[in-house]
Amino acid sequence: MLEIKGLRLTLNGHPILRGINLEVKKGEIHTILGVNGAGKSSLAYCLMGSEGYRPQEGRIRFLGNDITNLSISQRARMGLTLAWQESARFEGLLAREYLSLGMRNRGDSKRVTHALELVALNPKEFLGRAVDKTLSGGERKRIELASIIAMRPKLAILDEPDSGIDMLSLDDILNVIKSMKKEGSTIFLITHREEMASISDRVSLMCDGLIVKTGKPKEEMDYFKLHCKPCPTHKFPGKLKEGTTENTEKKLTRTQR
Amino acid sequence: MSDYESMVRAYRKAGGDPRVLRDPKCAFLVVNKNKILGKKKIEGIKVFRAEELPKGVKITLITQKGYRIEKPVYLCFGILPKRGLQEIYVDVKIADGSSITLIAHCTFPNAVKIKHIMSAEFRIGKGAFLGYHETHYHGESGGAEVIPQGKIYIDKGGRLDTSFTLIKGKVGKLRIDYEARAKEKAVAELVVKVYGKGDDDIRIKEKAILDGPYAKSLIKARVAVKDRAKTMAIGITEGNAPFCRGHVDCIEIVQGKAQAKALPIVQVIDDRARVTHEAAIGSIDKKQLETVMARGLSKEEAIDVVVKGMLR
Repeated sequence: MLEIKGLRLTLNGHPILRGINLEVKKGEIHTILGVNGAGKSSLAYCLMGSEGYRPQEGRIRFLGNDITNLSISQRARMGLTLAWQESARFEGLLAREYLSLGMRNRGDSKRVTHALELVALNPKEFLGRAVDKTLSGGERKRIELASIIAMRPKLAILDEPDSGIDMLSLDDILNVIKSMKKEGSTIFLITHREEMASISDRVSLMCDGLIVKTGKPKEEMDYFKLHCKPCPTHKFPGKLKEGTTENTEKKLTRTQR
Repeated sequence: MSDYESMVRAYRKAGGDPRVLRDPKCAFLVVNKNKILGKKKIEGIKVFRAEELPKGVKITLITQKGYRIEKPVYLCFGILPKRGLQEIYVDVKIADGSSITLIAHCTFPNAVKIKHIMSAEFRIGKGAFLGYHETHYHGESGGAEVIPQGKIYIDKGGRLDTSFTLIKGKVGKLRIDYEARAKEKAVAELVVKVYGKGDDDIRIKEKAILDGPYAKSLIKARVAVKDRAKTMAIGITEGNAPFCRGHVDCIEIVQGKAQAKALPIVQVIDDRARVTHEAAIGSIDKKQLETVMARGLSKEEAIDVVVKGMLR
């Protein structure tokens, strides 16, 4: 469904993505797991076509089409969308309107209500609420996820969907993501918390602008916990060897610095 | 079609609901240029007088002490021809403990060279409430010049809640000048929302003078301008008494070759008063825009969603 080949992004002279190669298959939950600063969010912005995140090299193909030079709107119309880590707030825009933005039939109120219920927000209370600063961080995050559910994209990139949400709600969020999958969306999940990856079909470890390893959730979560978290590589950006690519079994140890 | 029917049609264009003009529980006044086309008074209003003048009308409204009028009073002012002058003089007294909401629609649907001047004085009694909400429609040619001026005096514990909205069609030339003076524990909230296009020229001046202890005010301006439109928003708050609180909040969105200026002026002469301000001018927030575009809307559609939300 999504193929990323040789993706390179440099911002203000700093290499952020250093040759990303990755494939996301239709119907899967594919998680990108990496410590802060690995380049996960930059990859998400690149995939969505965000301003300032046009790659200098590499190609992105979605459903067989090269989307590298397409606008955000064009990508979204093809069925690709992104839930930002820090969701934007909109003065005066009601949740009911916000949720229906991505729907083909904006008058389908049942779908909007269903989406709010899935993220455990009472439609009676929230349909008429503005998506502004009066919402708590957790409520805003849930509304963001509800808007993705209502849109029913072919591929949803969820950038740290758990940020701003307390531990008790983590299970709720995981259930929401599973529901999205059930409703037909492929999920590209970005996180720095290994427990989030538990619902994945495949997990890719990302470090220092590179995908270093892809495999089954249990193995990759254990690897991340054991090797990536304690590894200081991410504190020295650009030091990880390029060419450390998908399915490489090399351990990221101090010797690589 | 009679002038009244034409005005009702124009009233609808300005966002008004003509059904309220047939509601027996609602007071209303309909004025075309200097002609009074319809007027109704209801219980709780002591005086509701409208006089025709050579160039406009003079309106006097006084509420009964302690009477809370539930349904709003609807005011419809307009000029139907392409050219003309209308001067509206408003004298409103909200008696102690009474409450009223005035909803005014000013409509100049065919404006080519129209001038509308409103000079208002509102006196809000002790513990009284005045809601005054004005919605304008100036047509599509930009040929209107509109000058609303208001002086508002709020007595102890009184409350003012006022808004001015002009987001459909062209603005033309707009000069808003409102000043509210609040006594002890009085509250004043002044909100202006305008969308300027073409060569519109917008100047907004809102002033709150907090003369009484614990008086509060909020001055809020939301302006979006595009094409070659210009805007200047001046928000002034004076904190002259202990424990008074005031805030000036201005957001202006600029698109194309439009220009925007914001000038918040805050002044405090009592060290126990607190007056704050925030002003933001610029293009639409990138994240807001991209979030909406990521739902499949074009950039232009996304701008429209964000701007209309802000101006709601």
